[in-house]
Amino acid sequence: MNDFSQAFLKAAQLILQFDEGLIEIVTLSLQVSMTAVFIASMISLPLGAALALYKFHGRGLVVALLNTFMGLPPVVVGLVVYLILSRSGPLGALGLLFTPTAMIIAQVCLIAPIIAALTRQTILDANDECHEQLRALGARSSSMMGTLLWETRYSLVTNVFAGFGRAIAEVGAVLIVGGNINHSTRVMTTAIALETSKGDIELALALGMILIMLSLIVTSAVMSARHAAYKIYS
Amino acid sequence: MKYCLVKAIAVMVCMTLTPAPTLANSFITLVSTTSTENSGLLDYLIPKFRDRTGIDVRVVAVGTGRALKLGEMGDADMILVHHRASEENFISNGFGVERREIMYNDFVIAGPPEDPVNIRGEHETIRALTLIYEHKLPFVSRGDDSGTHKKERELWALTGVDVSQYSGNWYYETGAGMGATLNIANGMRAYVLTDRSTWLSFKNRNGLDLLFENDPPLHNQYSIILVNPERHPHIKFEEAELFANWLASSEGQQVIAEFTLNGQQLFFPNAQLQ
Repeated sequence: MNDFSQAFLKAAQLILQFDEGLIEIVTLSLQVSMTAVFIASMISLPLGAALALYKFHGRGLVVALLNTFMGLPPVVVGLVVYLILSRSGPLGALGLLFTPTAMIIAQVCLIAPIIAALTRQTILDANDECHEQLRALGARSSSMMGTLLWETRYSLVTNVFAGFGRAIAEVGAVLIVGGNINHSTRVMTTAIALETSKGDIELALALGMILIMLSLIVTSAVMSARHAAYKIYS
Repeated sequence: MKYCLVKAIAVMVCMTLTPAPTLANSFITLVSTTSTENSGLLDYLIPKFRDRTGIDVRVVAVGTGRALKLGEMGDADMILVHHRASEENFISNGFGVERREIMYNDFVIAGPPEDPVNIRGEHETIRALTLIYEHKLPFVSRGDDSGTHKKERELWALTGVDVSQYSGNWYYETGAGMGATLNIANGMRAYVLTDRSTWLSFKNRNGLDLLFENDPPLHNQYSIILVNPERHPHIKFEEAELFANWLASSEGQQVIAEFTLNGQQLFFPNAQLQ
């Protein structure tokens, strides 16, 4: 128990002192994961909705793959992105390896399937509920997608959050493609892994507590925004 | 409120996509072993080089095996590693040029403070390892193709014991970095071979004692190798060479010598001065 109280004190100390190193890695963590969530949502919300609404050959296979990819191992994603971005890989000329951009790419690959699969289910359920209604109001399938995405927006926020949770918490992929370079690609999770490997369990645990707090702050901010919006629209 | 959120996200996206302005005009990428990075040596050394040249050095810390692979793929400008045979192989395969020995320290064997077979009393590494083998006491190996792992396998080879057949029995391969492996050895009350700098800078060692040291086979030489620019034309060869030259210069060597942790020197410079 002593470890925990020590770590808690350490965490409080780091926060209250506005520790420069801490602010740097917290900022980068948020930048990388939020950008990844933003890009993944742009791809996955329409993709998930389209998979729910349009019938086409091989849809079952796509859905099965998507559901499988929800559980992609971060290390494998990291390796694949590494091989693609490596100087010896197909996109090596871009020189993106060991940059925040590489970390964003890896996280997009990790979370896009999660957001898409959850969105497909959300839209599917909503469509079952109000398909007749929308048809009666004269909606065509093209406008149906937009309407359903808008109508389910509150549930979709949760889907997007499932993606954010995965992105901010994973370490395997960003460690491989980012390299955990101090002042350049070090984020919360890779810093925690590093401190653990240095045997500084106390600092590692303190950073872990701060990471969870951070998730809590982001989640509550969005949840209250959602609540406020809900009040305005209904 | 909602637009605020959208705006905040948009700002975040822009901030990430525009390259952050760096203080230095340029940077080079050094792939190094975890020991040199975790001990704080590079954090001490690099700012001094940057002040002198304006070139920043970005460090990716991995095991020697992976460091060599990253160099081979052209993902680093230079590598700082510690396994001579692999280094010479790397150069003869045309992946690297200009290998230069920079500094050394040594390996030590740590283990449970009660030291059941009393390797403390031994003078030869081979004898100490043989005792551990004879009593089938837990020994934790890196098992990750790092310089330390290769060294450890070489030492076992000298004893004539084929440890791979005991893997999972009393010989445990963690497949992890030095720090993670020390954490495991601590938890298992096992013997472990570690480089001295990681040992001294490691904080979670209250269940481990330094039991065996000071034997010539435990010498640990670090060298820097530049990635072959003929294989990878994008390599920042000139800047990397500048760094290697500086490390091997009397100034760089002095900086290495003056780096201490809790009053103890961790690395001993031994470059041939040019």
